[in-house]
Amino acid sequence: MAGRHTDCVTGVVLQGLQKAFGEVRAVDGVDVTIDAGETVALLGPNGAGKSTTIDMVLGLQKPDAGTVTVFEKTPAEAVDAGAVGAMLQTGALIRDVSVRELISVVASLYRKPLPVAEVLDLTGLTDVADRRTQKLSGGETQRTRFAIALVSDPDLLILDEPTVAMDVEARHAFWTSMRAFAARGKTVLFATHYLEEADAYADRAVLMARGRVVADGPTTEIKAMVGAREIRATLPDVAAEELERLPGVTHVERRGEAVVLSCSDSDAAVRVLLDRYRDARDIEISGAGLEQAFLLLTGESES
Amino acid sequence: MSASLAYTRFEFRRVLRSRRFVFLALGFPVALFFAIAGPNRHVHDLGSTGIPFTLYYMIGLAAFGTMNAMMSAGARIAAERAVGWNRQLRITPLSTRDYFRAKVATGYLMALLTLASLYVSGAILGVSIPAGEWARMTLFILIGLIPFAAIGILLGHVLTPDSIGPALGGSTAFFAFLGGSWFPITGGALHDIAQALPSYWLVQAAHIGVGAGAWGARGWIVVAAWTLAAAALARRAYRRDTKRV
Repeated sequence: MAGRHTDCVTGVVLQGLQKAFGEVRAVDGVDVTIDAGETVALLGPNGAGKSTTIDMVLGLQKPDAGTVTVFEKTPAEAVDAGAVGAMLQTGALIRDVSVRELISVVASLYRKPLPVAEVLDLTGLTDVADRRTQKLSGGETQRTRFAIALVSDPDLLILDEPTVAMDVEARHAFWTSMRAFAARGKTVLFATHYLEEADAYADRAVLMARGRVVADGPTTEIKAMVGAREIRATLPDVAAEELERLPGVTHVERRGEAVVLSCSDSDAAVRVLLDRYRDARDIEISGAGLEQAFLLLTGESES
Repeated sequence: MSASLAYTRFEFRRVLRSRRFVFLALGFPVALFFAIAGPNRHVHDLGSTGIPFTLYYMIGLAAFGTMNAMMSAGARIAAERAVGWNRQLRITPLSTRDYFRAKVATGYLMALLTLASLYVSGAILGVSIPAGEWARMTLFILIGLIPFAAIGILLGHVLTPDSIGPALGGSTAFFAFLGGSWFPITGGALHDIAQALPSYWLVQAAHIGVGAGAWGARGWIVVAAWTLAAAALARRAYRRDTKRV
């Protein structure tokens, strides 16, 4: 796979990671290596195993099998050394404290934290620093949680679906701060189910579905893989094999009178389709969607 | 400032700012005291024991009120867990010991405030205890509270905000009832059971205020055993409590 630079210092190494909850195999054999300084997106639909994987990187869950190392240490050692900061997937903050007090107390738990004022500035919280946490807006709450993750000046920053429940503007502001922080040479791992976020903010994306890594590479490659579109048309009397040879078409499925063309380049495909088959009717082009693309990639697509 | 001290200070500040909590934790025993002891403040010889009514109820509520204050740490922990704060703390270098220390210290802060407000209320209604007895009673109450600190933390880490209320209410009622907080338990099987509970010894500690002796060996053993068992279970519960709630 691309994106591996074995001569660099390793950031996070996951080997043969497995975790089951009863019958459910949440994480089912994950191998991922993240170099120090890399920004990696953990991409996948809900229930793909992203959060469980992140919990194991943080030492919040013990793997059933496999190993995790963070800067060549165990997760617990890395946490004790103050090397890890994380924004976990919950929506609230504890009450009865101001933003500044909350960030300050977290800072006091570390040996070399960033100055609280700098963190407030970086996360755009200076104006609400003295407000009680229960009076913050949704976006401010998320930024405070981001500030809590940053204040220890961690070498590894982990964000578990950080922009859930943020509006477009808040999302943009959030990623701007994240990039500013990552530019200090930090290793960043973030989970998301938005392909656009992975594409815009990560060097590399690791695609997970049903507890496994189904793809791992530069975001452009991933985008091509999952950015696929489908063309549906009513077109009887043409063999599927013939349609499969059209430019930009990767796979064809016949459903009675209709055909479904999975495309890597739907523009090229539709041009030739219309040109060559004048009797093609009811043409629809749709984005396959991440969820569908994942199922396609894992070969578990239902009709 | 050390991490432990910083976190304890942070907890103190939060607990004192939570007005409803402070009001209920401190206000309830005081209101109960004035409601019960107020109309009876001229009864100076309760049941021909020579003990003034006001004194008897002050110390009874001291045991019950401090036990409540201590166990209420559990309710706060359950609420913190529900918003994921517990998981956030896990990924900081704050040790289990420092975390427990801060929680116990906060429980003691509330217990001391409860005691102080009851002592002041007692004084207003004319209660007076010799300084030596008063100091000894306070000391033994504070020691007798240790197991309840551990029980509160334990419950906080195994229950949810929905279930913690009834659980705390039920267990304090159970402990108070069988410990003899509401009426004396003097003989029979109930007395044997009562003596195995930490609340019995907490009530005994409060009774130093009416001239009872301090604990014998049995009291120390029961309090120590409950402390060790509850602390071990609390530690285990905290270690396991890393999942998303």
